[in-house]
Amino acid sequence: MNFGPQHPAAHGVLRLVIELEGEIIKKADPHIGLLHRGTEKLMEGRTYLQNLPYFDRLDYVSMMTQEHLYSLAIEELTKTTVPWRAKYIRILFSELTRILNHLLALTTHALDVGALTPFLWGFEEREKIMEFYERVSGARMHAAYVRPGGVSFDLPVGLLEDIHTFGVQFRERIGEIEELLKGNRIWRQRLIHVGSLSVEDAIAYSFSGVMVRGSGLAWDLRKAFPYDGYETFFFQVPIGEKGDCYDRFLVRLEELKQSLWIVNQVLERIERGPIRVEDYKLTPPSRSQMKFSMESLINHFKLYTEGFHLLRGEIYTMIEAPKGEFGVFLVSDGTNKPYRCKIRSPGFFHLQGLNMMSKNHYLADLVTIIGTQDIVFGEIDR
Amino acid sequence: MDYLISLLPLQEAKVRIERNRNVEILVEDEGSFLMTLFFLKNHTFFRFQFLNEETCVDFLKEKERFRIYAVLTSLERREKVILSAPSKGKLVHQFPSLITFFQSSNWLEREIWDLFGIYFLGHPDLRRILTDYGFEGFPLRKDFPVVGYVEVRYDEFYKSLVYEPIELTQELREFKFSNPWVF
Repeated sequence: MNFGPQHPAAHGVLRLVIELEGEIIKKADPHIGLLHRGTEKLMEGRTYLQNLPYFDRLDYVSMMTQEHLYSLAIEELTKTTVPWRAKYIRILFSELTRILNHLLALTTHALDVGALTPFLWGFEEREKIMEFYERVSGARMHAAYVRPGGVSFDLPVGLLEDIHTFGVQFRERIGEIEELLKGNRIWRQRLIHVGSLSVEDAIAYSFSGVMVRGSGLAWDLRKAFPYDGYETFFFQVPIGEKGDCYDRFLVRLEELKQSLWIVNQVLERIERGPIRVEDYKLTPPSRSQMKFSMESLINHFKLYTEGFHLLRGEIYTMIEAPKGEFGVFLVSDGTNKPYRCKIRSPGFFHLQGLNMMSKNHYLADLVTIIGTQDIVFGEIDR
Repeated sequence: MDYLISLLPLQEAKVRIERNRNVEILVEDEGSFLMTLFFLKNHTFFRFQFLNEETCVDFLKEKERFRIYAVLTSLERREKVILSAPSKGKLVHQFPSLITFFQSSNWLEREIWDLFGIYFLGHPDLRRILTDYGFEGFPLRKDFPVVGYVEVRYDEFYKSLVYEPIELTQELREFKFSNPWVF
């Protein structure tokens, strides 16, 4: 039987060819690529800085984490160290993005299963976070805010207080969503013992993020391969027990609280200082500098036309994106354009395991499993 | 990691190890690739059990055109390693499938087959994955143009999609940044 590609529960353009026996799924074959835009091919023809906005558009519900990843890869290739304020801003927005993503994941999952209310409540909060995006970069979603060598603008006045105010009231919102779903009989019946996943399977299928933590393996790249000063923050890695959809729901819910905790820690620690490195081969000089210094003007012009050249070499960098391990394999041949850029998206691997996870489940449970995998087609099809 | 490198079951002539950023093990043939992979995955001290990534790079100007890269992570040791080997073949480039080692390499190899045209020996289900149904050519090869060869539109007369050779009103602009004043 054909499922999708235009189906509201398919989270985009997923086409599934399902073999059924009565109402039991025997085989589910996902057909992907309906949103394939050839990002990797396009990136080969553009400079490193021009490629940054493509990363926003991959996973369009967790935008800044992906810019963060790309900037980290370039910084690792150029051996740049970012100033602390920039690191804190990046972590602040990474965690806000995690909240943004998990709110969408949880609430659309609830919508698929049949609960409309958390969706409406969650999107109200998402709107507020997107407003922070807008205030800091000018764009609600595709921010292009995190740049190689730092961030593009400093925080506007009063933003940190507003994020604090948001955090205080958001704690109650989490409680509301939790209260509505956690003990809900329909929610529990639809999720418990559905899509159970063992740790061995999760590793064999290269699952990452919540999918592997829900099965009980405490694997978080923020702890395992800390980047941008995550090692100095206190947070816990929640794990599930049985590895079913309900455990993953609980893990996501707990991660919301942990992210909020990290946000609060950033708000306590952040200090004034430079927001990008003073290396004008990598970052633009300030506008006021350009008015007086010819050298700065030349640097600015060269940066935005020719871009910067990276050293020859290959690199694989990964971060803990909200959906899982997001990685980029960047091959540089010494010019100003990437020779090859392979994007490792977590959803690609999760969707690959859909057949394994949904075998011998009811057709209605398939929707639950797609929802729990938190699939976004922008990153899968690239 | 030095310990790991000292243990590798390879002769020195066949392996090139780069250690500037990631540990990178570049081997020169498929046999030593599989042997190294087996060793890395199953050595009790390292156990690189997690396949992060498998991909291919098209080095058009070099003698061995395609190189396969596999990125592995050890969940216990918190290390990652990049393993790489060239893909051999005259008419059809081929490479052994890693499906016996990692379940997750299934779609990754389908993707490489789709975008680079490397045939994976022993792969159970080698279909195209990302491109259109009935697509021809391998888009991520360096000799494939960015705009492609065909364009698709819905035809009102035939009541179906039609594929036509691509027509661009403006030529694709490519900017060259080589500085003519530097000698």
